[in-house]
Amino acid sequence: MNTNVLGSPDAWLDEHGAALYKYALVHTRDEHKAEEAVQETLLAALQARDRFYGGASARTWLIGILKHKIMDMFRHDAREVQLEDPDALEDTEDSLADENFAPSGRWRDKLSNWGNPEELLERGQFMVILQRCLDALPPRLARLFMLREVMEENSENICQELAITPTNLWTMLYRARLGLRQCLDRNWVGNAVTAARR
Amino acid sequence: MLTCKDASHLISENQERPLGFRERWGLKMHLWMCVSCRRFERQMILLRQALRMLGKRAEVVDDSTEFPPEARERIRKALAERGDQEHDHSH
Repeated sequence: MNTNVLGSPDAWLDEHGAALYKYALVHTRDEHKAEEAVQETLLAALQARDRFYGGASARTWLIGILKHKIMDMFRHDAREVQLEDPDALEDTEDSLADENFAPSGRWRDKLSNWGNPEELLERGQFMVILQRCLDALPPRLARLFMLREVMEENSENICQELAITPTNLWTMLYRARLGLRQCLDRNWVGNAVTAARR
Repeated sequence: MLTCKDASHLISENQERPLGFRERWGLKMHLWMCVSCRRFERQMILLRQALRMLGKRAEVVDDSTEFPPEARERIRKALAERGDQEHDHSH
């Protein structure tokens, strides 16, 4: 009989389901994957509940499991994409560099001033566009970038988990940052700043 | 002399590893002269802050995300099935 402080799996679903789903959705950007991750998490929690002693809150414990599940999915997807099209990614990335830099290595266009960072972060709109821009990145880059920046996984772990070299990782993060910056600049930030100054 | 492309690489890598002495010096000289790369550097810092905020927000439940009832029911079923299996094993 379950006398555990965690309660029954049904109760987890009612109390924490929405939170877990939201977390999974932000990180996977995919409703099916989010659902799968939540289900896997609760099943794993069901098996492991004897190891939960109530030191952390149930929510924190479940989010911890969910992070691992999402990482597993990323790892799995990363392998698949690698097998599918090793060259496609290179092409998009080269064109990204060409769009940003002239052959001389200088920026093609002078970068715009984004203004006060605090103000920008407080505007909800900025976060909405940021998510859209994350969606627009090539999937493999996006996942890697989410792992590093949103889940704040450290570089060594990512390299180990995804079996890539640090140099590889740095290059891919650079490309993701360059792409995101460009997308943000084009779709909102640059324009909004210019508009505000008019 | 570093190009903007080189400098932007270093700015990004600076978020991943400590730069060497020559790299830091080269970048410093370039940033001193180049307003675009100074902006790039600030934008990269902002980007990191914004993404971390996104991660923190993901852990807060609010009304902005609907947990689809169908998804909830599918998961409830899966849990019930697994729960029954475990129950059987323990007998």
